[in-house]
Amino acid sequence: MAGSYRISGQGRLTPAKTARFTFDGKSMTGLAGDTVASALLANGVHLVGRSFKYHRPRGILSAGAEEPNALVTVSRDAARKTPNVRATVQELYDGLTVASQNRWPSLSFDVGAVNDIASPMFSAGFYYKTFMWPKAAWHKFYEPNIRAAAGLGVAPDQPDPDHYSALYAHCEVLVLGGGAAGLAAALAAAETGVRVIICDEQAEFGGALRYEKGAVIDGQDGWSWAQDVVAKLAAMDNVTVLSRTTAFGYYAQNFVGLVERVTDHLARPGRDEPRERLWQVRAKRVVIATGAIERHMVFANNDRPGVMLASAARTFLNHYGVVVGRQIGVYTANDSAYAAAIDLKKAGVGVAAVVDLRDNPSGPLVDEARALGIEVNHGRAVTSVNGSQRIKSMTVQAKGGGAERTIAVDALLMSAGWTPSVHMFSQSRGKVAFDDATKRFLPGTYAQDCVSVGACNGFDSLEDTVAQALEAGANAARDAGAKSSKGVTLKVEASEGWTGGMLGSGPGAGAGTTVKAFVDFQNDVTAKDIRQAVHEGMRSIEHVKRFTTNGMATDQGKTSNMHGLAIAAEALNKDIPAVGLTTFRAPYTPVTFGAIVNHARHGLFDPTRKTPTHSWAESHGAVFEDVGQWKRAWYFPRAGEDMHQAVDRECVTVRKSAGLFDASTLGKIEVVGPDAARFMELLYTNPWEKLEVGRCRYGIMLREDGFIYDDGVVGRLAQDRFHVTTTTGGAARVMNHMEDYLQTEFPDLDVWLTSVSEQWAVIAVQGPNSRDIIEPLVEGIDMSDEAMPHMSVREGMICGVPTRLFRMSFTGDRGFEVNVPADYGRAVWEALWAEGQKHGACAYGTEAMHVLRAEKGYIIVGQDTDGTVTPNDAGLDWAVGKKKTDFVGIRGMTRPDLVAKGRKQLVGLKTKDPRTVLEEGAQIVENPKQAIPMKMIGHVTSSYWSANCDRSIAMGLVLGGRDRIGETLYVPMPDGVIEVEVTGTVFFDEKGDRLNG
Amino acid sequence: MAKVAIATRQPAHAGKSLGGHGVSLKVLEPASRMSLRARPAAVAALSKAIGVTLPEKPKSSAVKAGRTVLWLGPDEWLVIDEAGGDPIGDCASVKGLHSAVDVSHRNVGIAVIGPNAADTINAGCPQDLSLAAFPVGAASRTVLGKVEMVLLRTGEDAFRLECWRSFSDYVWGFLSEAARDG
Repeated sequence: MAGSYRISGQGRLTPAKTARFTFDGKSMTGLAGDTVASALLANGVHLVGRSFKYHRPRGILSAGAEEPNALVTVSRDAARKTPNVRATVQELYDGLTVASQNRWPSLSFDVGAVNDIASPMFSAGFYYKTFMWPKAAWHKFYEPNIRAAAGLGVAPDQPDPDHYSALYAHCEVLVLGGGAAGLAAALAAAETGVRVIICDEQAEFGGALRYEKGAVIDGQDGWSWAQDVVAKLAAMDNVTVLSRTTAFGYYAQNFVGLVERVTDHLARPGRDEPRERLWQVRAKRVVIATGAIERHMVFANNDRPGVMLASAARTFLNHYGVVVGRQIGVYTANDSAYAAAIDLKKAGVGVAAVVDLRDNPSGPLVDEARALGIEVNHGRAVTSVNGSQRIKSMTVQAKGGGAERTIAVDALLMSAGWTPSVHMFSQSRGKVAFDDATKRFLPGTYAQDCVSVGACNGFDSLEDTVAQALEAGANAARDAGAKSSKGVTLKVEASEGWTGGMLGSGPGAGAGTTVKAFVDFQNDVTAKDIRQAVHEGMRSIEHVKRFTTNGMATDQGKTSNMHGLAIAAEALNKDIPAVGLTTFRAPYTPVTFGAIVNHARHGLFDPTRKTPTHSWAESHGAVFEDVGQWKRAWYFPRAGEDMHQAVDRECVTVRKSAGLFDASTLGKIEVVGPDAARFMELLYTNPWEKLEVGRCRYGIMLREDGFIYDDGVVGRLAQDRFHVTTTTGGAARVMNHMEDYLQTEFPDLDVWLTSVSEQWAVIAVQGPNSRDIIEPLVEGIDMSDEAMPHMSVREGMICGVPTRLFRMSFTGDRGFEVNVPADYGRAVWEALWAEGQKHGACAYGTEAMHVLRAEKGYIIVGQDTDGTVTPNDAGLDWAVGKKKTDFVGIRGMTRPDLVAKGRKQLVGLKTKDPRTVLEEGAQIVENPKQAIPMKMIGHVTSSYWSANCDRSIAMGLVLGGRDRIGETLYVPMPDGVIEVEVTGTVFFDEKGDRLNG
Repeated sequence: MAKVAIATRQPAHAGKSLGGHGVSLKVLEPASRMSLRARPAAVAALSKAIGVTLPEKPKSSAVKAGRTVLWLGPDEWLVIDEAGGDPIGDCASVKGLHSAVDVSHRNVGIAVIGPNAADTINAGCPQDLSLAAFPVGAASRTVLGKVEMVLLRTGEDAFRLECWRSFSDYVWGFLSEAARDG
């Protein structure tokens, strides 16, 4: 037997299939199919962790996803380490390493446990009261120390080597939960032929049938029936069966997030298997079959290892074949715990006593327990347990007080009743309603196309559950469009019906007591804390929750919320519905970042865009810079050159001979239609109607508010066809902006927009020799100055392929931009490069491009403008059509603030010392001797060393800048004040002769 | 001019292919592509000119003699010619209101084929790709992960995916990752 607490003949695991694992370094053996929790219990281990705040020893409370206590760190290797894993969920595999958390130096001897003794200091709200003064100490002292002392596992310190996958899926019926209700609903829906997805968080389907012994469905015991149904569903083409899959979030329009744990249970996962797979499911109908969660009893020291939910003990016995003790006690306010006592008794475990808070428990389970000779103490309570790292006994007292009796037990099983799991329903924005008869919240008003079935809908008997689920499944399929309806019937021949339960604190932990009766185990919240919150003025359950942190741990209060609410209601002397219920939020259980991120890691984090000539630039030593998603050649250093030297050489070469520059990233939009010119008139400040075919114009686009939005050169290819260029960064948004206006403001225009940004590779050839380089390769275009003046565009052939050849300049020198279809970009570039070599031309990158344009005072939208700059501010009044009566931004431009004096204007800045290069973004002041904070009158927008000017050059936005030309201003920097002269923005070839040079 | 070497077409990822779990990926041969916009009155004349009846049903396509026309919007079609034709030239004489723009080099076509083709695409595409919702011939402009794509179902287990040239690195990488997941 793998573990001495494993009982032969009990459970469903195979004794021969063992799996070795370690717990805090100690080697242990479990069975395939075990969870870490069942394997530890099989080895007699109850103490598995220390609590968050008080460092109290903690054991295993549950056998499922609601577990608040048994949080461990599991690891496969050094990099594959996951903290805060619920031991009741993690499946065992051979070689698994498990470590306890929040203890030092060891689990059994933990220095931090001093917090338990000092606990009066750490009562509810202590955060807000104790650590307020001195203020500065919070960041430096209190917070780091509290963080170090509290908390749970430690985050892994290595990159996650696993990969994660994702899948969007659609179905007619999505069933959340694979217990009897979910399976019955899925079966009924599936038989109609519609697409069904059913998921369950457990390794195997069956839900409560995992531990219930009494159920008989269609002549089979419940568990076997469930497995048969799953096999049947899995074999159907229209059904997707997902085990180990948690529905964690229910979003708008039946969009449900599921996370499937693919390899966490495997000793040797396949290389291509993702660790987890995120399913994003859009379902026409959702059937919520999420069951119910058992509540614990609230009494002193109810958190001691050995104290657990009755259903958990039953699960460990009936599914895993593990007994949780040799001599157990049961403390209940509910029938279902009797079943645990009966099962354990029959398995040979000593049952010392059942302590039932109710005065007259009755029914078949109670009778059977009595018949088996189990002592039933009714009208009594367990007021405490003794033993720290494992309980030794329970103290029993009559409800009203009186003599205490100590009964030796090594495990105590408790049940305060069952809380319907309305998490998914509530996440769907459905409103819960309080059922006063059964003291529980149930689905009330639905907000989406979903239905709750079974225990989560308040159904207590299996027979009713299955009947309702069958009907709901068939209805969901029908409402989702199922054509056929094949009736499914299931006969429930026997089941366990549970009634009863209580909410709030039990005897001995009521008002006026100071015992540690835990409500929320994971966040160490006691009944006393909740009363204290009320005492200190919290009235809303939302305030009580935040003050005490009740229900705010990663378990989201699955076991604690109802108790907390009842205690607060009692203290407030209000009914439970009047106090309200806190909101259920996604995720239902913690979800890894890996699952959320899935494929979007490394190279897939964001697209990296490369131009058609990228590989050429790479092989010619280019250093690249990121411009949005694009990789652009920044500069092309030759052997021995640093960036500065390379850029200087490129700038000088372009003006001396010529340079080739990859401008492919520019946005390009083809504007086509009889109203193309009218549309351009409306979108740009410039006039377009009279632009001749074959000519180009520099255009400025404004937003409605009158500020510059984008700019670029536009060529008219035909009366009804424009080739518009945008900035690289503006490509997508300018297209959207234009399309937006076209569709909403100017739908009467006959014009269409097509993005051709990626149709054309653009090779800028700039410099005095540019024409000589291009001309030999061109066919059908007269490139003489007379035939093709500056700012013109021609269509023809280059290297035997079509080109749109623009004569335009972003350097101030004679220049061209060769547009060729993208797949020809590299070949044409190489042909131009070969020609260029004959003239001593160079390839230049974005840095030289920036310097060259700054030498001419050409702006870059987004660098010299920031969304608050008008054409006038930028000195571009000439580009605004004076006779125009309408364009986007024309009214915005005349707003009082935009025409007032004293606006910031773009000017040139020359440092008094020509060697000093200003920093972009540096602030400009009038008087450097004024007291700090100084009055800042502007800032530097562009600044470079210009080899062509043999000095530094800069532009800046300065208050009333153009009136200050000739003045001296100051740029205060950390290591001294820099004197600058305000100048015009053109630093090189002021007359512009070189455009034709 | 005669001395000048004719530029050769160098498409992105030319000839690339990859096999995954139940799916294979292949970068398709270069094609001629046209973005066609038109007013309803021009549809008949354009259909005649290009030799394929422009589909008018949302998310549908039509194919004839190596030329596929994908409906992308109420007045928008993507024409893909794999037979060496010149769809732009074919439209030149049509008088009705329309816009024909050459986007041959803008896109890269990738074939995704195999029993897991739909799941591979669904790793990043939120559309319902069941045969009922997205039958053979269905076409849609949609997304894959973080980029836009045009998707065409060419067979029960076969899709043609078109993305912009500079996004083809990302799309190929995304599909390759997704193809690992059987």
